[in-house]
Amino acid sequence: MSAENKKVLYGLYNDEEELKRAVKTAREAHLDIMDVYSPFPVHGLDPILGLRESRLHILGFVYGATGALFGFLFMSWALAKDWPILFGGKPYWPVPSFIPITFEMTVLFAAWGMTITFYTICGMWPGVKAKILDNRISDDKFCIAFDVTQAEQKAVLGLNDFFRKTGASEVHEKLL
Amino acid sequence: MSHPVAPVRHVLIEGNKTYHQISEDLCVPTERAPSREWILAFSVASAFTALYVFAVVWTIWKGIGEWGTNRTINWAWDITNFVWWIGIGHAGTLISAILLLFRQRWRTGVNRAAEAMTIFAVICAGQFPLIHMGRLWLAFFIFPFPNTRGPLWVNFNSPLLWDVFAISTYFSVSVLFWYTGLVPDLATVRDRAVGFRKKMYEIFSFGWTGAAKHWQRWESLSLILAGLSTPLVLSVHTIVSFDFATSVIPGWHTTIFPPYFVAGAIFSGFAMVQTLMVITRKVLNLQEYITINHIDSMNKVIVLTGTIVGVAYLTELFIAWYSGYIYEQFAFYNRVFGVYWWAYFGMMFCNVVSPQLFWSRRIRRSIWWTFFLSIVVNIGMWFERFVIIATTLARDYLPSSWSYYRPTWVEISIFSGTIGLFFFLFMIFTRVAPVVAIAEVKAILKVAGDQYIGPRARKEAQTVAPMATEKQEERN
Repeated sequence: MSAENKKVLYGLYNDEEELKRAVKTAREAHLDIMDVYSPFPVHGLDPILGLRESRLHILGFVYGATGALFGFLFMSWALAKDWPILFGGKPYWPVPSFIPITFEMTVLFAAWGMTITFYTICGMWPGVKAKILDNRISDDKFCIAFDVTQAEQKAVLGLNDFFRKTGASEVHEKLL
Repeated sequence: MSHPVAPVRHVLIEGNKTYHQISEDLCVPTERAPSREWILAFSVASAFTALYVFAVVWTIWKGIGEWGTNRTINWAWDITNFVWWIGIGHAGTLISAILLLFRQRWRTGVNRAAEAMTIFAVICAGQFPLIHMGRLWLAFFIFPFPNTRGPLWVNFNSPLLWDVFAISTYFSVSVLFWYTGLVPDLATVRDRAVGFRKKMYEIFSFGWTGAAKHWQRWESLSLILAGLSTPLVLSVHTIVSFDFATSVIPGWHTTIFPPYFVAGAIFSGFAMVQTLMVITRKVLNLQEYITINHIDSMNKVIVLTGTIVGVAYLTELFIAWYSGYIYEQFAFYNRVFGVYWWAYFGMMFCNVVSPQLFWSRRIRRSIWWTFFLSIVVNIGMWFERFVIIATTLARDYLPSSWSYYRPTWVEISIFSGTIGLFFFLFMIFTRVAPVVAIAEVKAILKVAGDQYIGPRARKEAQTVAPMATEKQEERN
């Protein structure tokens, strides 16, 4: 895979406010941030980092609508067309009776669809080995990472300078 | 979390925690060797689980005739236990979903454990409809699958079938919600572990890295799963109540059942959360994360839902009298003063009278009162289901078939066995995963930690609190 053996320069911060300020500085200096890692979702980071809003919820609607249609049409076909039976004098196509199961199918499809999509687009599955820069990122460190595989010595020095100025507690280089 | 913090907000994380201290406190219970108390309690739970397995095998081997149910009272402990366990499950979803939508921050201390409790309670509940079918090996008939009998489809008009869909959806969506929330915390455990444990947690944390885009999607997913779970949890107990409400049995076919069942479910669920949390916070030393303020908040929910349930009981009686319909009137007269009068008064005392004690702030904030009353409420809610099911069936249309019901040792074993199974699963959970959501607690530290807000807040901490920095950034 081409993504392998990337040389990554990363700095660790102790606080999410420092991280946000640093990301802002980096964006203003047009530094190309590879990724930002944190132990919890840092609110207000996405607009500073220039991340677009996730479109997962649109897919959620599509999956839900699929589930609702599937449930309703299947029940209609089974009871009204494939094998019509009268239950307690109700019509062959008892629409109000279909509401509960249609609702459950909507929720079932939306939840499963979105969750499977989430893990797929994040590249996460059982057995995937996480490419972790530092074990403390899931504990109390906030990390900004730069891809320096192609970078010149001068640019790397500039990035080191950036980390020092923005108050990073540690700066390391790692092959990812 | 950069909202301004109102001065009236409760402190939710005590002990002047740092991010690292939070990881430390919450991961350690999964890392150290089990204590002697844990092993002892786990042995008891395992013994009851074994009893459960034995009694279920006995039922399947010998047949439903081993139970005390008869032709008149054909639903008894089985369905009582089913509704009771399903109700208990509701609190977990309420805490994790509805309180997330309402932005109640105190949920972060208890949501993980409460969701786990939901899943284990639904596992216990699901057993009962299956084994009460009698021929368990044909249980797959409840699903609409192409078959050689026509194909003959299931009856989509039947609330019992709606139940199949509601409960299986509820279970699987709860598992997704719970596990997706757990993944970042499993990654925290993974990054602290070594050797074989690390290998295991690598598999179970799905390769989580904590990248900004992943967090963004994770939050989006959590929010929408919460949005989906909110109507779902209300629908589940509504549909359970349809099992009764759509029948033509006096005392059952009432339109009040759906809201009354849902309120009762949340009521009993919160009581079970209290029972578990009071023990868990002590044993795992989590008093600084599951504080008295959390217990206080949950007790307020208990007094609210308990009162709703009480109003529902009285409304039922009033409507029975007001309907002018003698069968309905008899059903309720019989419910209160009939052969099972003791169950009715037990229910009234435990569910309506006892939670009113929580109007007192001192009792709400007392661990012992909370623990005691949570057990009383759970007993009361079990009585409620028994009262609805057994007393109503015991006196049916034909006096010649009136009957009385007593559980046999098999039913008692199955029921006490599911309690064992519930604790068995919960105790395994406390050993393998963080009981409190680590990432979520860290995310609210600066708006709920005692060094930032509350009477003991430190000045220097407040200067880095998000509100202050945010304001400063805006000015710049």
